Amino acid sequence: MSDKKIRITINGLVTHCSAGQTILDAAKQVGVKIPTLCHDDRLEPYGGCRLCVVQVKGVNRPLTACTTPVANNMIVITENEAIHRIRKNMISLLLSNHPNDCMRCEKTGECTLQDLAYKYEVDGTRFAGEKWDLPIREDNPFITFEPNKCILCGRCVRICNEVVMAGTIDITGRGFNSVPDTAFGRPRTLDNCEFCGQCVSTCPTGALTDRKGRGKGRCYEMKKVKTTCAYCGTGCNLYLNVRDEKVVKVTSDYDAIVNKGNLCIKGRYGYDFIHSQDRIKTPLIKKDGKFHEATWDEALNLVANKFKQLIADHGAESVGAFSSARCSNEENYLLQKWVRCAIGSNNVDNCARV
Amino acid sequence: MADKKKTKKGQGAKSSPVTGKKAGQGVKAQTAKAGKSVPEKAVKSKKTSVDKAPEKALTIRVCVGTGGLAAGSQGVIDAFYRELSARGISAAIEKKCVTKTGCRGFCARDVIVDVILDGEPSTYQYMKADRVPRVVQEHIMGGEPVEEWLAGEDYHNFHFGQTKILLRHCGQIDPEDINAYINVGGYKAAKKALTWKPSEIIEEVKASGLRGRGGGGFLTGLKWEFCKMSKGSPKYIICNADEGGPGAFMDRAIIEGNPHSVIEGLIIGALAISAETGYVFTRAEYTVAVERLKKAIEQARANNFLGKNIFGSNVDFDIEIKHGAGAFVCGESTALMRSIEGKRGMPRPTPPNSVNKGLWNKPTVLNNVETLSNIAAIISRGSEWYASYGNENSRGTKVFALSGKVKNIGLIEVPLGISLKEIIYDIGGGIEKNRKLKAVQTGGPLGGCIPATHIDMPVDFESLTRIGSMMGSGSMVVMDDTTCMVDVARFFMAFTVNETCGKCIPCRVGTKRVHEILTRITEGQGREGDIDLLLEIGTDIKLASLCGLGRSAPNPLISTINFFRDEYEAHIKEGRCPAGVCKALRQYLVDVASCKMCGKCARVCPTGAVVWQTRQKAFIDKSKCVKCGACYDACPFKSII
Repeated sequence: MSDKKIRITINGLVTHCSAGQTILDAAKQVGVKIPTLCHDDRLEPYGGCRLCVVQVKGVNRPLTACTTPVANNMIVITENEAIHRIRKNMISLLLSNHPNDCMRCEKTGECTLQDLAYKYEVDGTRFAGEKWDLPIREDNPFITFEPNKCILCGRCVRICNEVVMAGTIDITGRGFNSVPDTAFGRPRTLDNCEFCGQCVSTCPTGALTDRKGRGKGRCYEMKKVKTTCAYCGTGCNLYLNVRDEKVVKVTSDYDAIVNKGNLCIKGRYGYDFIHSQDRIKTPLIKKDGKFHEATWDEALNLVANKFKQLIADHGAESVGAFSSARCSNEENYLLQKWVRCAIGSNNVDNCARV
Repeated sequence: MADKKKTKKGQGAKSSPVTGKKAGQGVKAQTAKAGKSVPEKAVKSKKTSVDKAPEKALTIRVCVGTGGLAAGSQGVIDAFYRELSARGISAAIEKKCVTKTGCRGFCARDVIVDVILDGEPSTYQYMKADRVPRVVQEHIMGGEPVEEWLAGEDYHNFHFGQTKILLRHCGQIDPEDINAYINVGGYKAAKKALTWKPSEIIEEVKASGLRGRGGGGFLTGLKWEFCKMSKGSPKYIICNADEGGPGAFMDRAIIEGNPHSVIEGLIIGALAISAETGYVFTRAEYTVAVERLKKAIEQARANNFLGKNIFGSNVDFDIEIKHGAGAFVCGESTALMRSIEGKRGMPRPTPPNSVNKGLWNKPTVLNNVETLSNIAAIISRGSEWYASYGNENSRGTKVFALSGKVKNIGLIEVPLGISLKEIIYDIGGGIEKNRKLKAVQTGGPLGGCIPATHIDMPVDFESLTRIGSMMGSGSMVVMDDTTCMVDVARFFMAFTVNETCGKCIPCRVGTKRVHEILTRITEGQGREGDIDLLLEIGTDIKLASLCGLGRSAPNPLISTINFFRDEYEAHIKEGRCPAGVCKALRQYLVDVASCKMCGKCARVCPTGAVVWQTRQKAFIDKSKCVKCGACYDACPFKSII
């Protein structure tokens, strides 16, 4: 990026941008909020929802803030009477083909469409007409798709193709009957889908939801605990959604520096073990062919003695350590240090090396 | 019939070659040089019996455009060969006297056949295979044209009013023979352009004032210049032959009638921007056009006009054909390029423009078939000559597809700036059944309706846009007073609803809702406030849509409201369709004064709504009437109103 040399005025506020930034980026810089539905920072600009239209001085038609690059001395008004009317009409049109069943919708409280309808004071009655009546798709364990709530912003399709590169879904059909779907409408399986839930994470409405978390509580009833995923060394940040002391869902942390809200199947859906009845909570020591619960001291003493015995009998080279990719860099460092210094062996490896 | 009888051979001469030229010249060239590729079949059937007309120069031109083929031109060609060989006119066959030609615009009269005997052309219309023996016997053998089958005065007037630059060879030369094109000066412009610098080509095209014929009207030379200046390599040139609008078939006719002109345009364009690969994106439904284009490309390759070191120079250029999958929106530049890349055909926002980041993100020029067909003429004859046609901002000629309630339906080429009146009355022959002109819809399904009161307006890019329509693809639908303008708006909106790609909200949902409201109005369910609602949402669709499709989609709606608001009001407030088109708003009554008590109405009524007894006037029971209109059509006395 070059220096911020482009001067732009947004609603009277002056800011400086670098080439390649959009009006939407510039507006964020000065704290001006422009409504969007199809925009996600992780994706290429799309210009589909037309809600971010703004008036640029000297241009006779409104331009979309998410796709228009800034130009020097550009003067932008983000909302005037005409823009307000366009936004209102766009939301009205969306609601005219939407179930408008917010009272029982999984997304209530964190739905962008709902927030915008509230802000612009529109309901679905102005352009009442034909509505989709498509069945809810629950053909897999993780992702529920309610096509009737889809607003065709294309975010699910784009994140699947641009970020995950899985190509599971694309927009099918044409015009009013366009809908995101898998090839030939086949159910999602591990053959065609990674079940990373990235599509769910970016959906601005209740069209795509996490099946495992459905009916387990509203977003405002959840305690959101920010943590790091325990599955691998990447260290993705995520939010555990806790209700009544139980983890019921995992949601993205879009501000995370490491993963920007992106997660994989393990991070997003692999949390069942937390409350599993089969989970091992203490060390187990095998006696007479059977495992018996033990304390940490008992277990560590046993292992330490066995190591000592092995070194005494066969030398330090007979001991090695194989570390896990689930450990952090720091933990892996400590392990190799321990093997080299405490054991005196160089036999160190990690499953991530394979 | 009286008109036709009057037709003399001389009038035929006026029409068949390029208008404005003397008839004989083109014909002689054609006849003399036609013998280069004799079809095998014809050679085999050669007979050496009595040759009556060996000394006579004979050329028979049969239209094999899609319209001609559908009307049976292949049968006509076969019949000519059969009849000629049966009569032993082998010399004529050897010289390949039966030439296939492309469309010459008047498809309603197909099969159109020119018989040119000793430089004396006569044009036959509505030819069928079973008419051939008499033509051969009386005309070719006997020297007397079959007067009753000759094309009439209206046919000649149709061509006489036109100025043909693009279509000058369509309908005159064999589109499947590269030599026929070379014989009329083809590929000379490409050779000439090879000796020029790219900047010189661009300057020449810029000076001609040629603007994109796909509807955008952007200066072609300027587009080339932007692409030339753009950094990035390789560069591509694409010919847009995805002609999807109903009623528009000029691109098809050009490719079918003269495919080499498109190829030559692409070569010159490629030289100007330094591209080595060109694409022709065409509708897969244009089977004849695609076949001819394929053949033309192969012939051009065989002549080294395409491929490595074209024309013996150090320049490489080749063309690939890409088939569209039937989506109207793929005529939009960015959607077209995505489609070539194998993606779903959906437009993307600009900038970046295609000249900077087009196909495969490389600088790309996209030109319409018609635009490219102009190039060779501009290079050969000079920009000054080209710019002498048309008016100040719209130079050159434009091909229009004239259809609807006009007498002469067909493809016409006229200089830009000509008035609508000249097109409809002088070339089109006026309104069918001499009814009153109501409106003209220009620019394809996304264009607006121009009322009859504006008939003197010039047809050019700016004037059409100013009045709320557009140049678009160049289709012109003429409507008379039996047309309901609300129904027209509904019809065109239905097209958009089917063809919107679904990407942006205003176009996807907005057009759907507009169509629903219009349908409601035509069904008599219009509400107070509907017109204002339509205007508001129409304006927002125009303002907020992503691509040209959505931005133009409300044109038929807004223009009909602007010029025919009273019709909308009659539908909504009075429950009446002034043109009597909207079925739900019709009411059938018997005009007691003129009823002759014949009872025909009662006999055709499917629901028994017409009450009639012998020697009694009919009466329509409204509770049983389903408004099918059968009684209206059946009444010989126009007593059903």
